[in-house]
Amino acid sequence: MAGTGIGSAIKRREDFRFLRGSGRYTDDISLPNQTHMHVLRSTLAHAKIKKIDTSAAKKAPGVVAVFTCEDLDAASVGGVPCGWQITSRDGNPMVEPPHPVLARGKVRHVGDPIAVVIAESLNQAKDAAELIDIDFKELPVVVDTKSALNNGTSVHDEAPGNLCFDWELGDAAAVVDAFKKADHVTSIDLVNNRLIPNAMEPRAAIGDYDMGSGEHTLYTTSQNPHVIRLLMGAFVLGIPEHKLRVYAPDVGGGFGSKIFHYAEEILVTWAAKQINRPVKWTAERSESFISDAHGRDHVTHAEMAFDKNAKALALKVDTIANLGAYLSTFGPAIPTWLHGTLLAGQYATPAIYVNVKTVFTNTVPVDAYRGAGRPEASFVLERLMSKAAREFGIDQAEIRRRNFVQPDQFPYATPVAVEYDTGNFQANMDQALEMADYDGFEARKAKSRKRGKLRGIGVASYIEACGVAPSALAGALGARAGLYEVATIRVNPTGSISVLTGTHSHGQGHETTFAQVVAGKLGIDVDSVELVHGDTDKIPFGMGTYGSRSLAVGGAAISQAVDKVIEKGRKIAAHLLEASADDIVFENGAFTVKGTDRSKAFGEIALAAYVPHSYPIDELEPGLEETAFYDPKNFTFPAGTYICEVEIDPRTGFTEIASFVASDDFGNIVNPMIVEGQVHGGLAQGIGQALLENASYDENGQLLSGTYMDYTMPRADDMPTFKVGTTCTPCTHNPLGAKGCGEAGAIGSPPAVINAIVDALGEYGVTHIDMPATPEKIWQAIQAGTRAQAAE
Amino acid sequence: MPQISLEVNGKSITAEVEPNVLLVDFIRRHLGLTGAHVGCDTAQCGACVVHVNGDSVKSCNTLAVQCDGAKVTTIEGLSNGADLHPVQAAFREAHGLQCGFCTPGMVMSAADLLQKNPKPSEAEIREWLKGNICRCTGYQNIVKAIQIASGQAA
Repeated sequence: MAGTGIGSAIKRREDFRFLRGSGRYTDDISLPNQTHMHVLRSTLAHAKIKKIDTSAAKKAPGVVAVFTCEDLDAASVGGVPCGWQITSRDGNPMVEPPHPVLARGKVRHVGDPIAVVIAESLNQAKDAAELIDIDFKELPVVVDTKSALNNGTSVHDEAPGNLCFDWELGDAAAVVDAFKKADHVTSIDLVNNRLIPNAMEPRAAIGDYDMGSGEHTLYTTSQNPHVIRLLMGAFVLGIPEHKLRVYAPDVGGGFGSKIFHYAEEILVTWAAKQINRPVKWTAERSESFISDAHGRDHVTHAEMAFDKNAKALALKVDTIANLGAYLSTFGPAIPTWLHGTLLAGQYATPAIYVNVKTVFTNTVPVDAYRGAGRPEASFVLERLMSKAAREFGIDQAEIRRRNFVQPDQFPYATPVAVEYDTGNFQANMDQALEMADYDGFEARKAKSRKRGKLRGIGVASYIEACGVAPSALAGALGARAGLYEVATIRVNPTGSISVLTGTHSHGQGHETTFAQVVAGKLGIDVDSVELVHGDTDKIPFGMGTYGSRSLAVGGAAISQAVDKVIEKGRKIAAHLLEASADDIVFENGAFTVKGTDRSKAFGEIALAAYVPHSYPIDELEPGLEETAFYDPKNFTFPAGTYICEVEIDPRTGFTEIASFVASDDFGNIVNPMIVEGQVHGGLAQGIGQALLENASYDENGQLLSGTYMDYTMPRADDMPTFKVGTTCTPCTHNPLGAKGCGEAGAIGSPPAVINAIVDALGEYGVTHIDMPATPEKIWQAIQAGTRAQAAE
Repeated sequence: MPQISLEVNGKSITAEVEPNVLLVDFIRRHLGLTGAHVGCDTAQCGACVVHVNGDSVKSCNTLAVQCDGAKVTTIEGLSNGADLHPVQAAFREAHGLQCGFCTPGMVMSAADLLQKNPKPSEAEIREWLKGNICRCTGYQNIVKAIQIASGQAA
């Protein structure tokens, strides 16, 4: 159908239910006879549990059961598993301390679950939890990332000095040599601030057990229900897949935080069997703050060596990354393979070396949050580039241009283990400069000055790797699972199509986009294609949605399954048209004998497959349903240039974003409206990181920014109107030519904003400002600069 | 237990509720209208916004007993029948929603804005929306949707 296929900005079909309030999120589901679970969490960051007395709680009104670690241990419930193993540079595996579902003998962060109370009503469960008597012995606390190593207190006995692993990538000797030859070295010390993902739907889970069939059902707010089924079934509760259904219905945003397997999923599933009643749990926002995995939290020193023409010779990065109190599902992969491998950026820097030490602290576990490792890499590199430009006295765009990997260098193998298949970095730069009216900046700056304001411009050129791949490589890097994706195309007898995908949509609009892919390829009405996702009982398998993989990997699986359907259709058509299958072409929704007008519509072939009265039954099974497992050949590498212009009031330190421009290369785009929406959302989160958001702990490990009154979520009046554009170099190795687009905005925007702020403050001698660049920090920097200048 | 009588989406309802029951819990659990969502516990996010006697209120910050005698409209009652309310239609047109969780509150809030200020400027829209948090859209398309719904095509 013209106007609905690949490339069309059609409106979303999922909107009707969301706009009418008829979406079905986990907390909207209530099961007959359900009970309510409240999780008693630690209010201390680090303490020994000497004794837990639950006897009073068990007798409280409405209480059905109270469970602690002792009960789980008695039932041989496993710990929360980690899905990625990293090897240290000395060859030792990472330290992997136990991660008990409920605290065993010790609590290690505020929010660490200690016990659960299950009652007839939520209020009864909460009231009863207050009757649980715990005798704690408080222990010294490790909070700060930089000083966590060897600080005298260990979060885990297994990790004295709090080191989880000490990892490296790149050629250290080559980097040392290059620095010796350098004409100029730019160095920087920076912090990538800890963030809290804050999907608007708090996590929730309902466990249900059918005694008759022995089947467990878990309703959960997950980005990847099959992964949860695998982890929880195989490693925690010992439930075989065929007795465990994991269903993630509508999910209200994830941004990474709903990838991971959480204790509450285990608790409701296990407890439902113990009490033989459904058990429901929904996080309150205050709980989300101290139990959803956090993101970022790096402390970095980096140096970049240049020749006299500002061409980069080498990069050296030393990072300490905070993993929190326990290893979350993908925690170890984020500061390593998703960070170190992106340090080449868009530049042909010949030698790169990165060392990452990860630490345990008495804080919430840290894992993937939109961008996941790539924003950290991009921030280091793009801050260095703009700082170097200032030191050389050349333009921010110019220093990047001089260092870009050139179009004729693709495929380009970086010194940090990845190969970019394609790109045109200068094209994005040119588009961004044009959209930002870069040449008019000086005039705008002069106008701002007349009004007593400081104006600055910041450029950032990011690259990211999406859709971790191929599985064999991921395995070699430490992944404990494959990273392919699965799709089934079920052509129904009358020609409508159910598309079963292992990815999960929680805001990305897959129901619309993936239908476009299928309808476009088959030349049929988009409304006859329906997407099914989120339910392990309906979909063969899948790895879920994260790392901007869904279209590039999941869409590729769908595309491959459609090809199989077409292939079978050709054979059926050949029989019906009395021709050779080799002579059948499929175009515009019809199978036609080449060079003739004899053809069969797609619907006729579907019907013939299910009503095989005239059918090649000796060679071909009836039915028309095909499944594909698509294992990607490489990552996809979206890239782009972002330009931010800020105006700062020196009297208050308040930053206003005067303009924000994004030019991205996402390869082929299926639905431009949805892609633009993804970019907007990513930009808002990146700008939020740069200006507003921070997970702030005090020295006792108490989260100070633990509510929306304290954690500064971006609001409508904090955000500018973004100008976005795209260029296109199609991905060379997946059938759609598509790259990921979900994380780009969050990756490229923080350095663009900070580069702009530092540019605006340059006259005060400011060379760096840490995120979030709050008015207070900026005002202090201006005051310090003024004092320093007065002293000269 | 106190008894309350109120009108919800045009239907008269009489119910007994504990005095500490929040309006949002009453709507979601007692009436099964799950369109209003709970996104926080500090009355900041606005996912729970409904109309009480024509004004947008945060139903997580209102007791059910306070609504005795009131007319309550939830997202489920905003439009009649199959058609979308102009604000709902504009949100779809402008791609002003992604995961959909903040959407019911956002739409109810926006509908109230246009009732009070039929032609708001962009700055007025952004100011009004301060009480509704969206993590997906970056707000741009929500602002655009409200401009479209107010006849100020963006």
